[in-house]
Amino acid sequence: MTDQAYNFAYLDEQTKRMIRRALLKALAVPGYQVPFASREMPMPYGWGTGGVQVTAACLTPEDRLKVIDQGADDTTNAVSIRKFFERTAEVETTEHTAEASVIQTRHRIPEQPLEEGQILVYQVPIPEPLRFLEPRETETRKMHALEEYGLMHVKLYEDIAHNGAISTAYAYPVKVEGRYVMDPSPIPKFDNPKLENAAIQLFGAGREQRIYALPPHTKVVSLDFEDHPFEASKADHACDLCGCGTSYLDEVITDDAGGRMFVCSDTDFCATRQAQGHRGALSPQEEYA
Amino acid sequence: MTPLLSVQGVTKHYGARLGCGNVNFDLWPGEVMGIVGESGSGKSTLLSCLSGQLAPDAGKVVFDTRAEGPRDVLTMSEPERRMLARTDWAFVHQNARDGLRMGVSAGGNVGERLMAVGARNYADIRAQAIDWLGRVEITEDRVDDRPRAFSGGMQQRLQIARNLVTGPRLVFMDEPTGGLDVSVQARLLDLLRGLVREMGLSAVIVTHDLAVVRLLADRLMVMKGGHVVETGLTDQVLDDPQHGYTQLLVSSVLQV
Ligand SMILES: Nc1ncnc2c1ncn2[C@@H]1O[C@H](COP(=O)(O)OP(=O)(O)OP(=O)(O)O)[C@@H](O)[C@H]1O
Ligand SMILES: [Mg+2]
Ligand SMILES: [Zn+2]
Repeated sequence: MTDQAYNFAYLDEQTKRMIRRALLKALAVPGYQVPFASREMPMPYGWGTGGVQVTAACLTPEDRLKVIDQGADDTTNAVSIRKFFERTAEVETTEHTAEASVIQTRHRIPEQPLEEGQILVYQVPIPEPLRFLEPRETETRKMHALEEYGLMHVKLYEDIAHNGAISTAYAYPVKVEGRYVMDPSPIPKFDNPKLENAAIQLFGAGREQRIYALPPHTKVVSLDFEDHPFEASKADHACDLCGCGTSYLDEVITDDAGGRMFVCSDTDFCATRQAQGHRGALSPQEEYA
Repeated sequence: MTPLLSVQGVTKHYGARLGCGNVNFDLWPGEVMGIVGESGSGKSTLLSCLSGQLAPDAGKVVFDTRAEGPRDVLTMSEPERRMLARTDWAFVHQNARDGLRMGVSAGGNVGERLMAVGARNYADIRAQAIDWLGRVEITEDRVDDRPRAFSGGMQQRLQIARNLVTGPRLVFMDEPTGGLDVSVQARLLDLLRGLVREMGLSAVIVTHDLAVVRLLADRLMVMKGGHVVETGLTDQVLDDPQHGYTQLLVSSVLQV
């Protein structure tokens, strides 16, 4: 059921045009943070209002939308955003990565390689990768303009000095097309190599009013040191449900006696593999006997 | 020989009030220039104008760059000026907090300038940081400590190491020993003098303290009300001051 009081995808056309202009600019200058006039959305900031506004500006009635939260389609956050667009845009939705034309994500890139024509929209809490060491916005803007990125390596240096290795595991900074340093949002660094793909990737930060983007096949390099090279690490384990040895895993506590299992964080990927007959160490036996 | 820095007619007003007026001097390679004067006489204003942190109303600040020879710093593009500021120049602030990253380890503070100019080998950066900490008498076991855990004198020495690690040719210092205990001051001065001589640094040092210039400066400029009232070799000016104000300054210090 549609609520007639709303324009298509909730935002009014003028606002969507404003956001699209910011998106085009962001795509023209990959990795550059474009300011935009973020609107109040009928959900709190922590719920991805930046991503929701970007999705709203991209959606057409023919689109098929997928929404994931840390890889899962069925968390409260993902479900409520999906419902929001079902109601305000009447678009079809799906849980299958391959079937979606627009995917809004919080903190993951799907395991299934993205294809040309797909749009991946990231929810971004803090867009500024330099903020950790330089809180002044005027100064960070200047650093981007002048390509003064030594500070990013100071952050990695501190990591190694205090932890013996680069311990940054999420929001691992990248350099885009040899120019702008960008925060890929809090995806695990395991996902960083997947930032180079065939889809259009759009990043929306609602509270901070910034949009940035990666056009298809943009070169994205994770920062590192010669003697401490970047590693896209994950738990050294296979999925206990589908047996996949190369997917990003969540550790799940199964009982209060210390029982635990590792499962794909990408629920669609895991379910698809199981449907194809793949099994993991803890898959129920009887059903498939 | 070309002066390393040639200051010509530098003038800065704050609204109607004069910060500094028509200052001229040449600084030669390896030379240390001291600037003394009472509070409000325009020392910090002048230093900020020379180091590109403040745009003067008039004048030229010509620096002998490595690549292109003498260039007016004030008409350089901002990227060029900022590049100069983190390679060939150094700025030691009176308050170490203004010149350090308090949330970053001592090693990270020293390494920052190296990384800023492209160093990408962790072990090399760390080795250079430790070497420089040693040169300012901070032991290796403090390399991962944050400056917050350091005394005022140590913070100031760390700031100096952080500035000198890229081998700058010109160092600006604003009251480098201000706010420190007398005994700590003496040690810092000793250290600074050693480094200046050893590295053949050129420097412009602003201070209230005539003992600092006596020890470090080859030449001296005395400022009052934004103007330079006397200039000359340090010993000459201090031992035989010509201007009435300098005489007052020297005698008041000697009486204490
Ligand atoms: N930001 C500012 N705005 C307005 N006036 C200023 C500003 N900074 C300095 N002044 C004025 O300019 C004059 C020179 O000040 P400056 O700070 O250069 O003196 P100084 O010699 O460094 O003094 P001190 O020894 O106290 O550090 C003073 O009259 C001061 O009040
Ligand atoms: Mg001052
Ligand atoms: Zn799985």
